[in-house]
Amino acid sequence: MSVSTQNLPPQFEVVDSPLDSQMTISMGPQHPSTHGVLRLELVLDGESVVKCTPDIGYLHTGMEKLFEYKKYQQGIVITDRMDYLNPLGNNLAYVMAVEKLLGLEIPERAQTIRVLMCELQRIASHMVWLGTHALDIGAMTVFFYCFREREKILNLIEAASGGRLTPSYFRIGGLMMDLPAGFERRLKQFTDNFPDAVDTFNTLLTGNTIFQKRTQNVGIISPEDAIDWGLTGPSLRGSGVALDIRRANPYTGYENYDFEIPVEGDCDVWSRYLVRMRELGESLKIVKQAAARLKPGSVKADAPKVVLPDREAMKTHMDALIHHFLIVAEGFDVPKGEVYHPIEASKGELGCYVKSDGGPKPARVHFRGPSFVNLSALPHMAEGEMVADVVAIIGSIDIVLGEIDR
Amino acid sequence: MSIISDIIDSTKAIIKGMSITLAQIPKEKWTVQYPDDPVTLQPRYRGQHLLHVDELGREKCVACFLCAAACPSDCIYIIADDDPRPEEERIGVDERYAKIYNIDYGRCIFCGYCVEACPKDAITHGYNFELSVYTRADLLKTKDDLLITKQKQSPNYRVAFSDEDVDSEYKEI
Ligand code: SF4
Ligand code: SF4
Repeated sequence: MSVSTQNLPPQFEVVDSPLDSQMTISMGPQHPSTHGVLRLELVLDGESVVKCTPDIGYLHTGMEKLFEYKKYQQGIVITDRMDYLNPLGNNLAYVMAVEKLLGLEIPERAQTIRVLMCELQRIASHMVWLGTHALDIGAMTVFFYCFREREKILNLIEAASGGRLTPSYFRIGGLMMDLPAGFERRLKQFTDNFPDAVDTFNTLLTGNTIFQKRTQNVGIISPEDAIDWGLTGPSLRGSGVALDIRRANPYTGYENYDFEIPVEGDCDVWSRYLVRMRELGESLKIVKQAAARLKPGSVKADAPKVVLPDREAMKTHMDALIHHFLIVAEGFDVPKGEVYHPIEASKGELGCYVKSDGGPKPARVHFRGPSFVNLSALPHMAEGEMVADVVAIIGSIDIVLGEIDR
Repeated sequence: MSIISDIIDSTKAIIKGMSITLAQIPKEKWTVQYPDDPVTLQPRYRGQHLLHVDELGREKCVACFLCAAACPSDCIYIIADDDPRPEEERIGVDERYAKIYNIDYGRCIFCGYCVEACPKDAITHGYNFELSVYTRADLLKTKDDLLITKQKQSPNYRVAFSDEDVDSEYKEI
């Protein structure tokens, strides 16, 4: 429990009256620093937050229900739209869950490209986080530099998949298509220049007294509380708990990569900031290793009933054409069963639960979104702090409302 | 004392920040002055669809409905018809062709599934991305807007083709 809440009056029923010293205000849903359409009901005593209640659901689109009406392969495009800053991570969680049900073996090259793209996406997601977090706290220019770096990554993603925000690049059983020619050269340009950008961010923020004063000892959550609230990802690691699914429960071959898991023990906004800043370097390390490991090979699993055939084969071979027709028109049957597959998304543990009754459409798809769970700990962190610190705390847990409301 | 050191530290931080900002001025610009300057798109970019024709100008689509079946947002509407005329005079390459082929851009999510599904390479993604219109009904594009011979290409983009970047598998324009 944070120290600062101890001196506050005990919570009591709020009656809004002018004579009352407490005041209820509504922050959001159009507040720019709530990172989307999040509404917070804040009970304030002067400038301190007595009570904070998140109000969500403004972006609810019924995505999980929608999965039940779409064939398995069509579900991939829905996942893009949940956490729209980390669409490739969402793609991965979903396709891996379905692949688990099908028992598919994914070729080496596809796995490496998946790791590469997911880590690029993690950097892009952290770029948006850093830019907006700094913007909330009052550092305007960082935002431009962050979006410039993100633009470079989005160009790479666009070159590979054709989409910038909604790539849908991963398919059940592999990838949509192989990386384009010249991708590695462009990737190298990015990886060579990115460390300079990180230096710029460090100069602008990490060594900046103003930024430190705004973030240190703010929004404290102890390791025990962090675990109890179910925090995952950088928000948990900022409380000194070294849990990363890429290490704890490796998938797509993360066990073969050499990277560190940054952990900071101050439990405040500042240490969550440091964790993410250090993760940028680690992700870059993984990207470089993956790029060095790319060997020519197939990017689609050998499963003619599930994976679309190559276009050349489809035009020349009758059986490939028949499979193509069947997969597109009817979908493919997935064996009965239920699976849960967690991955380490940029914001924490993103788990995908898929239940199949057989047949080409899932019976139920559910996502354990990190933003949703991390947001639930916001009142715990924000109560007792100043109202101006609430925006810093929201920034530090890095939420995306598209994923919370789904 | 601490106030004075705070002020000194903050001033230092601001000066450092300003020096970085000012150092950006001579550097390469990433902002594109759209629409005065064209936007650069990657070869695989998924823009407004194009319906292709063969060398004789006949539509490649054979109205097999695969694209409509693949579409996750159900936005393709096709009515198939038979064209009994001799081969050279036909509208399409095959006897069967799409009399009506509509894509509702109010629903399309530019996922590329239709392109992946088409066995005849009759539909691909073009690069037009300026799709805003004043009324919803105008978002429904018919063959008149989609056919490669009729679609007007916007001057506001250029495609990042280089000898090695051409992805001939999907893009034919
Ligand atoms: S791009 Fe996707 S949503 Fe649009 S028409 Fe093709 S399949 Fe349908
Ligand atoms: S565009 Fe292609 S997939 Fe769609 S109906 Fe025509 S031939 Fe079939």
